[in-house]
Amino acid sequence: MTITPVIKRDYLSKLAEKGKRADGRKLNEFRDISIETNIISKAEGSARCKIGNTQVVVGIKMDVGEPYPDSPESAVMTTAAELIPLASPDFESGPPREDAIELARVVDRGIRESEVIELDKLCIEPNEKVWVVFIDIHVIDYDGNLFDAASLAALAALLTSKVPASRFEIGEDHPLPMKEPPVSCTSVKFNNVIVTDASLDEELIAEARLTVATDEKGDIRAMQKGLNGSFTVEEIKKVINDSIDNGKKIRQKLYKSVGK
Amino acid sequence: MKSDVKLFENGKRLDKRKIDELRKIKIEVGVLHRAEGSCYLEWGGNKVICAVYGPREAIPRHTQNPLKAIINAKYNMAAFSVEDRKRPGPDRRSREISKVISEAIEKVVLTEKFPRASIDVNIEILEAEAGTRCAGLTAAGVALADAGIPMKDIPVACAAGKIEDQIVLDLGKEEDNYGNADLPIAISPRTNEILLLQMDGHLTVKEFDKALDLAIKGCHDVSKIQQKALIEKYSKKMEA
Amino acid sequence: MSEEKREVVIPSQLLGKTKDKKAGKGTFVENGNIYAETIGVLNINSNQINVTALKGIYDPVKGDFVIGIVDEPMSSSWLVDINAPYPALLHVNEVPWDVEFNETEKYLNKGDCIMAKVLQVDLEKKLNITLKDRNLYKIKNGHLIEISPSKVPRIIGKKGSMISIIKKYTKCRIFVGQNGRIWVDGDKEGVEKVIDTIKIIDKESLSYGLTNKIEKMLKEVQ
Repeated sequence: MTITPVIKRDYLSKLAEKGKRADGRKLNEFRDISIETNIISKAEGSARCKIGNTQVVVGIKMDVGEPYPDSPESAVMTTAAELIPLASPDFESGPPREDAIELARVVDRGIRESEVIELDKLCIEPNEKVWVVFIDIHVIDYDGNLFDAASLAALAALLTSKVPASRFEIGEDHPLPMKEPPVSCTSVKFNNVIVTDASLDEELIAEARLTVATDEKGDIRAMQKGLNGSFTVEEIKKVINDSIDNGKKIRQKLYKSVGK
Repeated sequence: MKSDVKLFENGKRLDKRKIDELRKIKIEVGVLHRAEGSCYLEWGGNKVICAVYGPREAIPRHTQNPLKAIINAKYNMAAFSVEDRKRPGPDRRSREISKVISEAIEKVVLTEKFPRASIDVNIEILEAEAGTRCAGLTAAGVALADAGIPMKDIPVACAAGKIEDQIVLDLGKEEDNYGNADLPIAISPRTNEILLLQMDGHLTVKEFDKALDLAIKGCHDVSKIQQKALIEKYSKKMEA
Repeated sequence: MSEEKREVVIPSQLLGKTKDKKAGKGTFVENGNIYAETIGVLNINSNQINVTALKGIYDPVKGDFVIGIVDEPMSSSWLVDINAPYPALLHVNEVPWDVEFNETEKYLNKGDCIMAKVLQVDLEKKLNITLKDRNLYKIKNGHLIEISPSKVPRIIGKKGSMISIIKKYTKCRIFVGQNGRIWVDGDKEGVEKVIDTIKIIDKESLSYGLTNKIEKMLKEVQ
């Protein structure tokens, strides 16, 4: 396991107290974000998102299946995440551990609860046949902040997905019906300082983590606090404000990458 | 597998290639930040990424070999890499491919330099279109060199096969599905030693000889692409 | 002085024959032929062929000075990460303090940095390090930089030329571990200059005249 030397921890804390970070960013500033869509031609939708050196690839596959009994006219959506050993010397192969599961579920909720995919427009035969949307998150290079990279890649992939109706002889291919997506922004706290879009070094010394997803109106659509430290109420309010600001900028990048 | 699918049209293959022509190959070296060595490779419609970690202490302890490093190659297909979504996680096919790739690499890596260590080679197929194990092993060879792992040679792989009684190089998707034989091999290009060899289908001894020759020639062509990519990447660092 | 040819070579490349020259570092011999075993820079002098590796992990050698990060205190020793394929063992007999059984944590804990020396490397690559030397101790302040171990010779320079220049113009204390870890301490500006300089050397390690370029750059920022 990668150990963080004590003097590195001290160095980052001292810098942060002065409002600085090791790579020169402001406390609430994101690294460079780049999004590329349609990178896997076999998938119904795909995207690669890079935040700094962190890279996540998301593929969207679709199939026809049975609806859940409590929502007979709604499509089914399922999200899985793989922290493959390729991405970091600390990732092991094997069934997904809790971090992969938490990542998948947080990204999933951000999409599901805000009803970004118009699942009720994807019914083929009520009670019998609906579209099943598989969102597969593949982390390929881990350098901090997987939540935002995975969420952005998933949104970009969904926004450029095509429902493969012709392959199943149900009609013509058409774009996946989507609404305006909320954008997530993750911050971490160490030594009473809060930074946004933690680099790997910052994440390794983080005591607490907060992800906030906001929509274009500036309303909050999802939140997740992680790790075993705590936040004060003021800290949470500040994080929410920064997330709204950063969310606006990131949303522009997202729309540009999908051609909106 | 007999079928009505015609694999030749007017004497040309479905994708217009000649019988001894490779699909287009593109290699990028050192594409990942955390890995010691890495490679991104496109081969026809295949998209492969490979990362090498190590040598590092082999864990669990009981897997350690006191005389040399063990090669731990893992081949994995992403859920979205194939037409019908694949459930995440290794299946028996992936585990077998991982094993034969590990064994091929072991022959050329100077493992005695790192007793008790393991060299982890992670091959991820992001998009699949026939010949993924050859693409994977070829990418692994580049990633191992990029990681500075001492080796006697850079392993390379390529497949030949038989379609409609013709021996051809580098089977494409339909050729793999509807052809009569598939022969993926890996070699040490310096010595022509065979490091990996699998075959399924039906070949006479004469046909096998022809296919093997063709596959070896294909390996050498691919090896040149590997070498060029590595030298270009590292020579760039000299021009400051 | 023969100007070395800076040609990049890759594993399996044929470099020469044993009947003409000796096979040096980074090469292997088969049937009287000398081949490169890693990706590196070819170095041919009058009697030997060497390949200077451009990448690769740190392979510990007895006598190397290294910077270690303590991983696990045990009852009468510590396991230390020295950026090698294997963790190194630091025994209580090899530290300048009188450590009682099971009191190792009082002296060194997980995450502490130490300047150590490689005491022994056995056939199975089991590593032992020591703190018993006048220049070795537990690091209290300062900043740690990590680079590829293959670049360390460039940071040090011929007969220490490069590192002396850096120390002179930044007025910082610098300790370069053979294992690719560098410790820096000094005033804030000096430390930043050192970090930037090392980044440049890392990137441009293969170019000619680097020492002069760095000296010029550091002089100007004075």
